[in-house]
Amino acid sequence: MRTILLLLLITTVLHSAAHTQEITVAAASDLNYALNDLASRFEKKTGDKVTLSFGSSGNLYSQIQGGAPYDVFFSADIAYPQELASAGLVESSSLRTYAIGHLVLWVPNGSSLGPQKLKMSLLLEPSVQRIAIANPQHAPYGRAAIAAFEHFGLKDKVASKLVFGENIGQAAQFVQSGNAQAGLIALSLAVSPAMKGSGQYWELPADSYPELQQGVAVLSASKHKPAAKAFLDYVLSAEGAAVLAEYGFRVPARK
Amino acid sequence: MIVQALTLTLRLAIMVSAILLVIGVPLAYWLAFSHRRWKFLVEAIVSLPIVLPPTVLGFYVLVAVGPFTPLGRWYQALTGHSLAFTFEGLVLGSVLYSLPFAVQPMATSFAAIEGKLLDASALLGASRWRTFWRIVLPLGLPGVLTGLVLSFAHTLGEFGVVLMVGGNIPGATQTVSILIYDQVQALDYATANRTALVLLLLCFTMLAILYGLRRHGGWNLWEWR
Repeated sequence: MRTILLLLLITTVLHSAAHTQEITVAAASDLNYALNDLASRFEKKTGDKVTLSFGSSGNLYSQIQGGAPYDVFFSADIAYPQELASAGLVESSSLRTYAIGHLVLWVPNGSSLGPQKLKMSLLLEPSVQRIAIANPQHAPYGRAAIAAFEHFGLKDKVASKLVFGENIGQAAQFVQSGNAQAGLIALSLAVSPAMKGSGQYWELPADSYPELQQGVAVLSASKHKPAAKAFLDYVLSAEGAAVLAEYGFRVPARK
Repeated sequence: MIVQALTLTLRLAIMVSAILLVIGVPLAYWLAFSHRRWKFLVEAIVSLPIVLPPTVLGFYVLVAVGPFTPLGRWYQALTGHSLAFTFEGLVLGSVLYSLPFAVQPMATSFAAIEGKLLDASALLGASRWRTFWRIVLPLGLPGVLTGLVLSFAHTLGEFGVVLMVGGNIPGATQTVSILIYDQVQALDYATANRTALVLLLLCFTMLAILYGLRRHGGWNLWEWR
């Protein structure tokens, strides 16, 4: 038994010594589940190690501006990496749209309101006292939510009910914990293992808010560019696209 | 925006230190004079917020006031709305968060009072209530004031708990620290800088006045008695 353990230990040590490449990925909160899955698949394939760091895209953007040591930046918006590219902080040649995000109206189980039937008018129900969205000042899903309210002519009617999550993940947590009775969150979170089964949702029509083009780029200051590019290529591959689709992202057509 | 957030923050800090005065003094008294064997457990609980990250406290408060707990349902039934994302919710979180900062200096100064004085007071026939008002509180006053000031200051600078339970609503739960965070997130560094400067000056003025008062013996406010 002891020999087996020892052997296991030695192989693990040798194994980890073999991959010197370790990349750190900054990613928008809506990617939490999809990217964890993609990263572990990539790790198995290549032996490289991927460390994920989640936050709101705006937050990550300012961190990168401040010289945060990330290798790849997955934004929930193409505008942030675009701006970083024009500032020379990410490699413009690596800039891609990797997915299109979707917004859903989500209510927790136990709510008497059916989002499929009521759609956006659900938000006007008196029992809906709080509506969680991501902070529109720095989270793309928050801006999309505000645009959708405008599209449906609800902006003034829901204004007093809004609560703002620091990112889309916190907005989802507000509504899943029942503290908000409804929320506009990312489809990718609604179908995630952690939220699936704990609520119902209705997908907002794509024309009710500006398309959430999610952009990715490799940082210019990255010290592990080959591994970073390999990971990016993997996410953009057919296999990566299938995983993203599974987690509620539409993948843009590729040339 | 700044004015609104600042008023809210000050209102929160005043409210929290007032509540902590009311519950802190009896709690500190008990901690200073009780001989219960399990007192150390209460001491540990009171001190928890010093070591616990605010996120833990915020997370628990958010779950506790949610509609899936008895407390949350009771409050909802009583007031018709949930405690989360309200000013009252922030008060609750902040009281818990600042509890040790109020109680510890109070308890320390109560415990430092000479036993002889308390014995003398009792021998002269004073009730414990009268002893408390005439001996314990006047002699322990510096500790009580320190506790009050610390909980006020601690609430001013609070961030994590508010971020977790507040929901960032201007005028209701958006404190200055959250507003600054927001402005930085929105890459509005100039405004963030202005807001931060206002808070910095306010805190500095407050502390300068306090330390100045202490230097001139102004702490002993009850001397006239």
